[in-house]
Amino acid sequence: MNTSADDLDRRLVMATQGGLPLVPRPYHQLAGQLGIPAQEVMARMRRLLDSGVIRRIGAVPNHYAIGYTANGMSVWDVPDERIDELGARIGALEFVTHCYHRPRKLPEWPYSLFAMVHGSSRDEVLAKVARIAELLGADCRAHDVLFSTKILKKTGLRIGA
Amino acid sequence: MIDALDRAIIDRLQGDFPICEQPYAEAAAALGIGEDELITRLQRLLDTRVLTRFGPMFQVERMGGAFVLAAMRVPEAEWERVVEVVNAFPEVAHNYRRESAQNCDFNMWFVLATETPEGIGAAVRRIEAASGLPVFPFPKLKEYFVEMKLAVRA
Repeated sequence: MNTSADDLDRRLVMATQGGLPLVPRPYHQLAGQLGIPAQEVMARMRRLLDSGVIRRIGAVPNHYAIGYTANGMSVWDVPDERIDELGARIGALEFVTHCYHRPRKLPEWPYSLFAMVHGSSRDEVLAKVARIAELLGADCRAHDVLFSTKILKKTGLRIGA
Repeated sequence: MIDALDRAIIDRLQGDFPICEQPYAEAAAALGIGEDELITRLQRLLDTRVLTRFGPMFQVERMGGAFVLAAMRVPEAEWERVVEVVNAFPEVAHNYRRESAQNCDFNMWFVLATETPEGIGAAVRRIEAASGLPVFPFPKLKEYFVEMKLAVRA
């Protein structure tokens, strides 16, 4: 970690990356573990949230368990000079949860725009992917959808291991 | 497996968990339940793996680190061995098996999370050495949208 996160922040990340303690005063428990006052833990947590180091605090569901059994990573080969405009439009669709520009790996991988679509069935996901294809029109030169068939691991960040 | 209250808890608590002296009590009050009940329910949702975690989600880039999507083409005969090798790396934050609608054979997709940008290249080389297979990193060049909150449907 660089200067934006000092050693105490780093220890706070390590103490919470597996989850918040499920006790009435979780920030006080963390304070005890780190040997600092609870007010400082809370102040640091707020600062990390404000600066975006913490994206959010809360429940991280297993998508399968909450009904999203179909999860399709749609990938698109679109012209480089058009990708920022197209990415912004695809990312704004209400059913797209992540949308990124990533590098091609030619010849194996011609796709540069990645849009994740979740649904209760493959048909639902494919119908949404068809809406993306429609929106892209002639800018879509090729596309594919990669459905997840198994979660092999989902622990999240683990620094200091 | 989950009831209406569990659904309400998951829907309401995918973000904005309070930072205060008794955050569970505050969140529980907003849901119209008691602190004990919320804590018990969250523990059960974690035990039954409806939730994979409860706590802060980090953007490691904002603290000088890196998150990078990577993929491998794993032959079926070697699948179990390679899953074990790849998952053993603490830098692998999550890993999914995927199958293509077409004939794409990139079937293992994982995210590497490291404390420094240089850590990604090092992890890629170590995974390649341990698995004997090439790893293809797909670093994000631009993020257009990320919002992982999904309403419970189950």
